[in-house]
Amino acid sequence: MIGYLIRRIFQALIVLFIVTVFTLALVHLFPGGPIRALLGPKASPEQVAYYNKLYGFNQPFFVQYGKWVAQLFHGNLGYSIRLNQTVASEIALYLPKTIILVGLGLIVSLAFGIPLGVYQAVKRYTVGDYALTGLSFLGYATPTFFVGLLLVEWFAIDVHLFPPFAPQASSVGAVLSQPRALVLPVISYAFVLYALWSRFMRSSTMDNLVQDYVRTARAKGASERRVLWGHVFRNSLISIVTLLGLSLPTLVAGAIFIEVVFNYPGMGLAFYQAALNVDYATLLGFTLIATIATIVGNLLADIGYAWLDPRVRYS
Amino acid sequence: MAMYVPPPDPSLLPPGESEAALDVMHGSAQPAVEDSVLAGLEAQEAELEALQKPRSMLRRGWEVFAENKLALVGVGTVVFMILFCFIGPLIYHTNQVNTNLANYLCPPSGSHLLGCDDVGYDELGRLMVGGQTSLEVGFAAAFVSVLIGTFYGAISGYIGGPVDSFLMRIVDAGLSIPYIMVVIILSVVFHPNTAIMIFIIAAFYWLGVARLVRGETLTLRTREYVQAVKVAGGGSMRAVTRHVVPNAIGTIIVQATFAVADSILILAGLGFLGLGVQPPATDWGTMLSNGLTYLQGGGYWWLIYPPGIAIIVTCIAFNFIGDALRDAFETRLQRR
Repeated sequence: MIGYLIRRIFQALIVLFIVTVFTLALVHLFPGGPIRALLGPKASPEQVAYYNKLYGFNQPFFVQYGKWVAQLFHGNLGYSIRLNQTVASEIALYLPKTIILVGLGLIVSLAFGIPLGVYQAVKRYTVGDYALTGLSFLGYATPTFFVGLLLVEWFAIDVHLFPPFAPQASSVGAVLSQPRALVLPVISYAFVLYALWSRFMRSSTMDNLVQDYVRTARAKGASERRVLWGHVFRNSLISIVTLLGLSLPTLVAGAIFIEVVFNYPGMGLAFYQAALNVDYATLLGFTLIATIATIVGNLLADIGYAWLDPRVRYS
Repeated sequence: MAMYVPPPDPSLLPPGESEAALDVMHGSAQPAVEDSVLAGLEAQEAELEALQKPRSMLRRGWEVFAENKLALVGVGTVVFMILFCFIGPLIYHTNQVNTNLANYLCPPSGSHLLGCDDVGYDELGRLMVGGQTSLEVGFAAAFVSVLIGTFYGAISGYIGGPVDSFLMRIVDAGLSIPYIMVVIILSVVFHPNTAIMIFIIAAFYWLGVARLVRGETLTLRTREYVQAVKVAGGGSMRAVTRHVVPNAIGTIIVQATFAVADSILILAGLGFLGLGVQPPATDWGTMLSNGLTYLQGGGYWWLIYPPGIAIIVTCIAFNFIGDALRDAFETRLQRR
């Protein structure tokens, strides 16, 4: 296990290096460099040169990279000239709200996806299974923002059941104090994820149901209930752990669209606005944070998997 | 023939078989009936022969595929969508270049079957034009990413060792950056047209394909026929292009099908954020984004449902096809 851990962490570090080089390079993709993009086409070359020098963009790429990484180690994620604010303070402001949205969405989607996936596997090829499969196909094929849009149309405009926008409050406590406004964003977010979990849980449970250990358990006289929940369910959950870690990019993507549809002031909306404003410091900082979260998520998923399923460690 | 066999009770036998069975047992059947028995036997033999004769992989795959009703529905839907978007405008003429504010948000009527949008474009015609972009980008991005991903993954897996480790760490790195963020940044940087959009989407999608194909290659690499190429002095390029890739074709085609659906969805998402193709060109996502503006006004359903349903129906169709293809390729060895 220790050897596996070391190998896996070493791999993650290499990935982190490549990712940081890549994200910094992204900033230089802007035509004429980030400063030109920020100041606009009317800025004089002298002004661009001045700011390039001020922010160190005139140095060779790897010198910039070294300085940037050194700053990162000091916890300095950059400074948004657009917002006159450090990127770290932006993240401190927006991240908790995104975590609320993503967390609630995850809980709701797992609460439906896992049991219904098991149900589908047990009652496979019945009307109920087909109906739920249809629902997951719909979840796969419907863009996240369209789900949100339809829910707004149906439940906020046609029927005034919920507000059409998410809580606008700036503090986490205030956001949570408006649960009605959170319903539509959380449901739209959860719907797409539900499709993912239920599909996966169904196939994973079906794979496990034909394993030898199930036959053994039945042969020993274990009740069908015990076979399903005591043996099959636990083993099927193992693969959900991996999927959870791997689906972090999906979570981020979903959050961006939902936050834009419902105007929810989280990381996704801030990122989108930064993209429209060419606020390169925010773009860089947010992308980096999301990427590190993904790498850590993958790492944890792999470790969790190796811990839960000892066979993995030896491969 | 000399022996007498008591005739079995015909009512005990299934209706079709009873007569023939009786004849066989009696031995002295009328020639006409004997012929039919012989013909039946011959048919059985032919069937056996057919089973033993190796049929092409694609043929067997197609048989499993065609049994799947959903898959045929999927193919039908995709064909319909292609005809609708590319042939449709030849039949249903609309002006999709010049705006006409006299038709501002006009409701569906005889002359505008699905009404008009906020600058007076006919919505049904717009759906066709937008669909062209969505389908073109979907197919092309899928093709480019599958092509790159296949060769990257196959070569990486075939070479193995430190080169493979290095190449795969690049893929890992790419996959850990939430793709939507990079795609948004790239769209802002490039103000994409259709061609650039294809490359922006493919720039990320190929990574997943590469990882899958590499996994497949790792198992194929150890097969005798691939080893034989090495022993016979064939180069790695030959082994990869002639043996590894053709044998991984199942995985690749399935992945390509899902790639089309995913690319259409990514394009729709970018269009929704206002980062899609620029007017007067459009795509289904951009159309939805325009419709959102008029959501609060209420009643402008024709701005939202047609493009939304077009996206969903097309993506479901590709998912049906992909699922059926996966079944077809997976079961071809077990069942046939």
